[in-house]
Amino acid sequence: MKKKIPGRALGEAVRQLFKKPATSAYPFEKAKLQPKFRGRIAFEQEKCIGCKMCVRVCPAKAIEIVLSADQPAAPAPVEGQAPAPAKKKFDCVIHLDRCVYCAQCVEVCPKKALASTDDFELAQLDRKALRRHYK
Amino acid sequence: MSKISIPLGPQHPGLKEPINFGLVLEGEQIDKATVNLGYNHRGVEKAAEERTYIQDIYLIERVCGICSHSHVTCYITCVEEIAKAEIPERAKAIRVLVGELERIHSHLLWLGIAAYEIGFDTLFMYVWRDREHVLDCLELVGGNRVHYSINTLGGVRRDITPEIKAELLKRIDILEARTKYYTTLATEETTVLARTQNVGVLPKDLGIRLGACGPTARASGIARDVRKDEPYLIYDKLDFKLITADTCDVFGRVVVRVLETVESCRIIRQVLNYLPEGPISIKVPWKIPEGEAVNRYEAPRGEDIHYVKGNGTDKPERVKVRAPTLANYHAVPHMLEGGWLADVPLVIAAIDPCMSCSDRALVTDRAAARSAVWSWEEMRRNGIEFYKRRGVDFSKVTLK
Amino acid sequence: MAIENVLLALFYVLIFPGIWFLATYGMTLEWVDRKLGAVLQNRVGPPWFQPMADFVKLVSKEVIIPKACDTLMFRNLPYFAVAGVTAAMMMIPVWNGALFSFEGDLIAVIYLLTIPTATFFLAGWSSTSPYAAIGSMRVLTQLFAYEVPLMLALIGPAILAGSWNITAIAEHFARNPAYMPAQIPGFLVAVLALQGKLERLPFDMPHAKTEIVGGQFTEYTGRLLAFFNMAVSMEMVVGAALLNAVFLGGGLGLTGIGAFALFMLKTFGVVLLLVVLRVLMARIRIEQMVNFCWQILAPLAMAQIVFDIFLRIKLG
Repeated sequence: MKKKIPGRALGEAVRQLFKKPATSAYPFEKAKLQPKFRGRIAFEQEKCIGCKMCVRVCPAKAIEIVLSADQPAAPAPVEGQAPAPAKKKFDCVIHLDRCVYCAQCVEVCPKKALASTDDFELAQLDRKALRRHYK
Repeated sequence: MSKISIPLGPQHPGLKEPINFGLVLEGEQIDKATVNLGYNHRGVEKAAEERTYIQDIYLIERVCGICSHSHVTCYITCVEEIAKAEIPERAKAIRVLVGELERIHSHLLWLGIAAYEIGFDTLFMYVWRDREHVLDCLELVGGNRVHYSINTLGGVRRDITPEIKAELLKRIDILEARTKYYTTLATEETTVLARTQNVGVLPKDLGIRLGACGPTARASGIARDVRKDEPYLIYDKLDFKLITADTCDVFGRVVVRVLETVESCRIIRQVLNYLPEGPISIKVPWKIPEGEAVNRYEAPRGEDIHYVKGNGTDKPERVKVRAPTLANYHAVPHMLEGGWLADVPLVIAAIDPCMSCSDRALVTDRAAARSAVWSWEEMRRNGIEFYKRRGVDFSKVTLK
Repeated sequence: MAIENVLLALFYVLIFPGIWFLATYGMTLEWVDRKLGAVLQNRVGPPWFQPMADFVKLVSKEVIIPKACDTLMFRNLPYFAVAGVTAAMMMIPVWNGALFSFEGDLIAVIYLLTIPTATFFLAGWSSTSPYAAIGSMRVLTQLFAYEVPLMLALIGPAILAGSWNITAIAEHFARNPAYMPAQIPGFLVAVLALQGKLERLPFDMPHAKTEIVGGQFTEYTGRLLAFFNMAVSMEMVVGAALLNAVFLGGGLGLTGIGAFALFMLKTFGVVLLLVVLRVLMARIRIEQMVNFCWQILAPLAMAQIVFDIFLRIKLG
C-alpha cells in the first residue's frame, strides 16, 4: 500500500506565494503568439492573378475572389507588337465567421497573394463587419 | 427509502459536452444507470462526402477538438494508402511527434478535469498551468494551439527547425518533471485516494466483453495499444513501455494516464533525436483512385478507426469514423451501478468522454428490421419538419 | 423604555456588532479567502471589491421563483439565515465582553448557529427540485456529522474554565494562558468541524457543483441568493469569533482598540487556516465525511474532554 498524506500539496502551495501569477489580465495584457500562428488572412491585390485556387481548397467556403469594380486601362499598344490585354484586378472577400483559419489558401496560392497574420481578436458586434472586403 | 430518478445532463456542470444519464437513486447510492446519446450529432461524415480530400482534412480535424491530430492522421493514412503514396520518413516522424505532444496535452487536460470533478481545484489549476507548456510547443510546431493542422496529403505542412527542436527539448524536460510531481501528488494525497480507489470498477473480463479501449481498458489490465499491436508511422523504431494497471478503478486510470504522459515525453525525445533529413512532403494528385482502406490509430482516448472509400474523383465516396469514446460508453453504466451519486461525474470523466466525436445518426425501423442512411436532402427536410413542430420555421433559409 | 435604549439596541443590531459590521467584515474575509486561495493556486485572484460587486449584482438581478416553490417559506428563509447569524454574534465578545452575556450562552450560540443550517435544509426542501432535495439531505446528514465533534470540542475549554459563559471562558484563558497549548487537539477538531459547518472544501458536498449543480440553492436567484451568500460569509466571521473567544482567549485581558485589533488578527488567523484547508483537499464523499467525523474527530474531542477534566481535578 502506498503512503497516504493529507495535504500533500502544502509545499507546492506555499511555493506559489513567492511566484508571479501564471494567469494574466488578458484584454489589458496582450497574449504572446508563436511565429507560425495562423490568424486572419491578409490579401495583396497586386499579386493576385485570379486563379481561384484558394476558393477551391477552402473547406469552409469562406473566401471569394471577385473582379474589382474599377479595372485598370489596357497598356498603351507598342509599335510592332500585338496589343497586350489589360491586367485584371481582383478583390478578395473573406467571411471571418466561416473561416476556420487552416491557412490552406495561403499554402496553395501560387503568387503568395494571401498571408496569415497575427490578428486573432476578430469578434464583432455587427455580423456584417465579419465580411471583410479587401480591395 | 423511496427511489428517486434524476437526470444527469444533457446540460450539467459536471459534463463538458451534452449527454444524458438517467440515474435511479436509492438515497445517495445508484440503483440503475442508463446512457442516452445523440445530443451533438453534426453530420460530419455526410459533410465529408461533399468536400474534396484536402478540404476533408480540416473537416475531420474538427471531429474532436482535443484529439484533432489523431483523427486527421488516421484519415490521411487511409487516403494515402488508397493513393499508394509513400510519405517521407521525416514527415512520419513529425506526425508521431505531434501525436505524442497531443497525447500529453490531452492527458494533462484530463487530469485537470478529473481533479476538478472531485473538487480539487488546486491540482486542476497547477495541471492546467503546466499544460500551457505543451500547448506552446504545439503552437510552435503547427501554428495554433488546438487545431495544429500539421497534416497534408502526402506529408506534413511545417518543418521542425533546429531552434524549434531546442525549444521543444527544453519544454519537455519541464513537463516531465512536473508530470512526475503530479504522479506523486495524485497517488499520495489522502482525499484523492479516498475518492478514486474502488470507484467505477470495471473488471478485466467485463472490460473485454464490453469492448473498452484505450486507458480505460489498460487500467483494467487489458494490455492493448495500437502503437504496440500494429505499429504505424515510426512506432516500431521507438522504445516505450505499454502502461497498464490492475486496480480496475478510477485510481488505475489516473495512474495509467500520468505514466503514459511520462512515456510520451520519452518518445518525443527519441523522435527529435531520430528526425531523419529529407523532404517533409511529396505531391499527391488531388484525384484519388478507386479503393478503400481502414486504419487504426491510438488516440489519447483509445483506439480510433477510420474507413475511407475512394471512387476516382477528388471527393471520397464514404468516410466512416469510429471514435474511441463510443467503445467506452457501454462500460459506463456498469461502472456507475452500485456506486455513489458523488462519484458519477468522476466516473464519467474517467473514460475521458468526447461526446461530439461519437454521435451518429442512423434511421432504424425495428418492425421492418432494416436500417437506412439518410441523404443530405432528406436530413435537411426532416430537420425543417422537426423545428416546425417546435415553432421555428427554417424552410425559408437557403443554403449557399 | 427610554428612547436612548431603543436607539442603542438598534445600533447594536444594525451597526455594531450587528449586520453592518458582520457584512463588511464577512465580505473582507470572503475576499481574503478568495484572494489567498487564488495566490496559493498561482492565479491573480479577484480585486478587493469583488464580494461587494457580486452582492450588488445579485441584488439588482431579477428574482425568478419557480411556481412549484413559490411559498412564504421559500421567500423568507434567506433573511432568517442572516438573522440567526446576527443573533449569535450578540453573545460573542468582540472587545469588552459580549453584549448579552449569561451563564450558558455557549449553548445558545451553538443552537443559534444551527439556524442557518436549518434554513439551508428548508430552502432545499421547499425548492422541490431533485438537485435541491439531494442537497438538503446532504445538509442534514452533514449537520449530524460535524455538530457532535464541534460541541464536544467546545465543551473542553468550558470544563476547564468551569463556566458555560463564553466571556468567562475567554477571561479564564486570558488569566491562565498556559492552558492554551493543551487545547490544540480540541482547537483542530473545532476548525475541521467549522469547515464542515461553513460547507467549504473538503466538506462542500451539499452544493457540490459538479455533482448536484447548486445543491440546496439550485432554485435561488437574485436578491434571495445574495442574502444566503451573505449569511455564509457572516457565519464565517461568527465561527472564527467563536473559536477566538473559546480557544484563543478572546481579548487576552486587553480593552478598547487593542482588544479589537487582537480580535481582527486572530479571526484572520482562523480564516487563514480555513483557506489552507480548502486549497489542499479534494471534496470527499458524504459517507466518508460521516465516518471521519464520528471515528476520528469525535473520539479526539472526547479525549480532549477527559484530559481537561483530569487537568481541572489535578490543578483544582
